[in-house]
Amino acid sequence: MLLEVRDLRIAYGDIEAVHGVSFSVEEGELVSIIGANGAGKSSILNAIMGLVPSRSGSIRFKTAEISRMAAHERARAGIRLVPERARVFPRLTVMENLRVGLYGIHDRSREEKQLEWLYSLFPILAERSGQNAATLSGGEQQQLAIARALISDPRLLLVDEVSMGLMPKLVEEVFTVLQELNRQKGLTILLVEQNALASLEISKRSYVLETGRIQFEGESRVLKDDPRIREAYLGL
Amino acid sequence: MSEYSITIGTLIAIQAIVACGLNVIVGYAGQISLGHAAFFGIGAYASALLTTAGGLSFWSALPIVLGITGLIGLFLGLPSLRLREDFLAITTIGINFIVVSVFQYVPFFGGALGIGGIPRIVLFGERIRGVSFLLLSAGFLAITLLICWLFTRSWSGLACFALREDETAASSMGVSPVRFKLTAFILGTAMAGLGGALYAHFMRFISATDFGFPMSVMILSMVVLGGMGTLWGPVLGALVLGILPEVFRPLTDYRMFLYAALLLLMIRFQPGGLLGENSLARQTLSRLKGGKS
Repeated sequence: MLLEVRDLRIAYGDIEAVHGVSFSVEEGELVSIIGANGAGKSSILNAIMGLVPSRSGSIRFKTAEISRMAAHERARAGIRLVPERARVFPRLTVMENLRVGLYGIHDRSREEKQLEWLYSLFPILAERSGQNAATLSGGEQQQLAIARALISDPRLLLVDEVSMGLMPKLVEEVFTVLQELNRQKGLTILLVEQNALASLEISKRSYVLETGRIQFEGESRVLKDDPRIREAYLGL
Repeated sequence: MSEYSITIGTLIAIQAIVACGLNVIVGYAGQISLGHAAFFGIGAYASALLTTAGGLSFWSALPIVLGITGLIGLFLGLPSLRLREDFLAITTIGINFIVVSVFQYVPFFGGALGIGGIPRIVLFGERIRGVSFLLLSAGFLAITLLICWLFTRSWSGLACFALREDETAASSMGVSPVRFKLTAFILGTAMAGLGGALYAHFMRFISATDFGFPMSVMILSMVVLGGMGTLWGPVLGALVLGILPEVFRPLTDYRMFLYAALLLLMIRFQPGGLLGENSLARQTLSRLKGGKS
């Protein structure tokens, strides 16, 4: 098991947002957590990354307990996050944004290889490499955020609401890229999404989160045909 | 060059060094500091005491001075790890007042009389004064700028920029906020210490009021005016704010009013500073080069 979360509770002040959630992600899997706005999806990803403290419960990554580690230490251990709304560094160039992703891995030859690969994955970033990230469109920023996370060759990629604010064609493109990364490079991905249909389609397994609790879990194929989920999340 | 313009030039070079230090903290790492003059003062007092009571030469005292200011900078940088911007601003103002009153009221630091009789700097058997002191200060400024430039091109510099832009995103890329905020504070305050040491041996008499809150505001104004986060901004800011009061000497009474008006105009029309991004100077420059955008 690459990631194992047990009885995770997350609270903001007195208000508990996530009430004891357990799930796991195996090496090479693409797993999604779907649910409505405010269900606690992003809180869970942020707690795994270490950006939000967990009130209780355990988070194990590669068999080590990481729930008390600082965010940058978890990043060093091989977890990377594509944050909600991209959060690129606006006044740094595209190239500099990508290089921050390589921080701590000072290896020139690898830097060039990774850049070449990412530019082939997202050609627009090559075109814009000298431009400030603030000048990119929302979709381009989202691609930059993904590339910035990928450049370090993470063991686990956390993806937070990547479809938010993107036009449908781009959502499809981004999801295809994620699926290919998972299938061809064996990248382990934990995806958190409001866009239930798209994430059920590309993921192997899924968890359905409702107001801080997991209500359903299983193979994405099966969940997609479950009448309760079809009604509540897919609008079918 | 007249003695008068040499004096002005030397003071500008010294203040530019101090402003470069503040730029590392404010411009590169994005941490607000309104008490930078405290470190300017700590450097000056440390060098003055080490060379008078301590009997050291300027050169053997200098590494100790840089060490002391950097260490105190590290210690006083600790609040930045826990405080939000507005509280950090107030805390750093407080630090400035505390340092000044320690200098003023503790007899060890000469009290209200300050410290006098600070020896001249001796280099190659020569006592440095006049033009030589100006050149020496300019040399130290060049070294400071070189260090700033190297820092911005290094991984540490990139990490600082990332922190300034988005601390959360940076820490999830493996950048330790603690480490780089403190690095910026140490580097920035040590530069202020260098400026202080030069100032002490140039004036040869220092007192606590030289390093009060108004001086902090002045240094911050230099950084903001020239362009936060740029390499040459603080130097340009020091030049402009160093020369203006001389040019407008007849208007001495209105000097503060002019500064305030200048700052407000800058923030309204050129928020990035004279050399900042999208500033008039930058745009003109790129147009002259005939480059794109």
